Amino acid sequence: MTTPELMDYAEVVDRFDPVLGLEVHVELSTATKMFCGCPTAFGGEPNTQVCPTCLGLPGSLPVVNAVAVESAIRIGLALNCEIAEWCRFARKNYFYPDMPKNFQTSQYDEPIAFNGWLDVTLDDGEVVRVEVERAHMEEDTGKSLHVGGATGRIHGAEHSLLDYNRAGVPLIEIVTKTITGTGARAPEVARAYVSTLRDLLKALDVSDVRMDQGSLRCDANVSLMPSGTTVFGTRTETKNVNSLRSVERAVRYEMTRQAAVLASGGSILQETRHFEEASGTTRGGRRKETSEDYRYFPEPDLVPIAPARDWVEELRGTLPEPPAERRRRVQAEWSLTDLELRDLVNAGALDLVAATVAAGAPPADARSWWVSYLAQQANNRGVELTELPITPTQVARVIALVTDGSLTNKLAREVVDGVLADEGDPDQVVATRGLKVVSDDSALTAAVDEALAAQPDVAVKIRDGKHAAAGAIVGAVMKATNGQADAKRVRQLILDRCGA
Amino acid sequence: MPSISRAEVAHLARLARLAVTEEELDLFAGQLDQIVAAVAQVGQVADQDIPPTSHAVPLTNVFRRDQVRPGLTQRQALASAPAAEDGRFRVPRILGEEA
Repeated sequence: MTTPELMDYAEVVDRFDPVLGLEVHVELSTATKMFCGCPTAFGGEPNTQVCPTCLGLPGSLPVVNAVAVESAIRIGLALNCEIAEWCRFARKNYFYPDMPKNFQTSQYDEPIAFNGWLDVTLDDGEVVRVEVERAHMEEDTGKSLHVGGATGRIHGAEHSLLDYNRAGVPLIEIVTKTITGTGARAPEVARAYVSTLRDLLKALDVSDVRMDQGSLRCDANVSLMPSGTTVFGTRTETKNVNSLRSVERAVRYEMTRQAAVLASGGSILQETRHFEEASGTTRGGRRKETSEDYRYFPEPDLVPIAPARDWVEELRGTLPEPPAERRRRVQAEWSLTDLELRDLVNAGALDLVAATVAAGAPPADARSWWVSYLAQQANNRGVELTELPITPTQVARVIALVTDGSLTNKLAREVVDGVLADEGDPDQVVATRGLKVVSDDSALTAAVDEALAAQPDVAVKIRDGKHAAAGAIVGAVMKATNGQADAKRVRQLILDRCGA
Repeated sequence: MPSISRAEVAHLARLARLAVTEEELDLFAGQLDQIVAAVAQVGQVADQDIPPTSHAVPLTNVFRRDQVRPGLTQRQALASAPAAEDGRFRVPRILGEEA
């Protein structure tokens, strides 16, 4: 395979205007599939979450999952879409072993939600409104494993193996209208859109939105037109874009590749391309079938869906505060700088901090715990913050113990370690590890006297007014009490004993 | 009048993964022409103001609760498969396409 020529990015955006179209598929986190009662859990043994319906066996009939429809409507409303008063499913016919029925049940010209928009904030604060063409319901395909070729690639494979656990999992496909006029920022807009959409879907609690596990997938349509013109060029559709960073890289790569082809007098082939994560390039794939070739027709086995208006309004009432608005509110309430807010969001800690604050902790303390010590622990374990075995309520309790003087910061970290090591609630860890601050002044005074007697020269300096010398005695007392004393209190006692 | 060309029949046959001979292309083109013409008669009585019927029963919103129901075991699922391997359906290699 020859390496295609690429045009320098600055020249690309000087000579061409990029046109984007983004298709995002989101797997719903319903308990069961779209049209049958098989479980949707990720990672099961192959072909153990299947039944006659999702295997397309003769005589089986689909029935629509009510929660999937509800989620579709909520997604549509959150994207400021109109909700269809009446719509149907359609069969999309194609022969490919990932769909045992030889068609995918989807929606064609009657999506459940249409004509919406999503405001996307770029890194520098600029807001771009991305128009949403439609959000429709469909089902996921099975997973194929190609055997005999290099590294699971289809090229050179001897045969393929199919697991249909994923076949029939509810999917919502969200399609933007064409996004024009973004120029050099097109790749950034694409990433920001998917990122914003991901946050929104997460807030709606309708999907795991894990790009690494494929529960959120983005196909990027890219075309170029010469600067100043308005007729769209031929587009390519890049698949296998599995991270936010990849969305940006894939769009940028396609722009530089297409520009080089066009500049050399070539033409762009309308095709599906495959993003290669390692090299950041795209490689040609199959020619796209035209929509006519799919021979869509209304699904005869499923009756139309006509969401009652009062149901739609009821669902509108369940929408969460839009993530962008929530951030603005939280930033004001917690007095965060832009940088602090961004760190919080990037660490995936916003919900955790909010829950910790709700459990009674001051925002500054809650934020500090989650973005520093706990983030470190999560990093060491190679897990997400949310996967740490400690709850916001437990963190709030630790903070309360520090605030009331029962724990020093150092002891508090030990208590957190205990909770993470599954030793129970903070109070249990304090009790079993014996971590309470020694607040009994008589015990501390005895320790102070002992330390002063052991270092008489230091004691003399302190009596002479050199308060800085007290540090050595504080250290000795802390050591003697296994770090369980409040250093500030110890220092005060030392000065008192020395009459300083 | 509808007219189905040989090329259209060949295209449909390819989409449906059917092997059709040269003689069959002519035969089917003629037959499909007649079928389309017969169906087109509906247009003489049902004009633009009558929406096409896709479902014979006047029902909407038939839903299922989102509750797991037992399905098939892996052994049952693969029982009728022409070939299986490692708990998966085994299919011939897929040519000229990229998943």
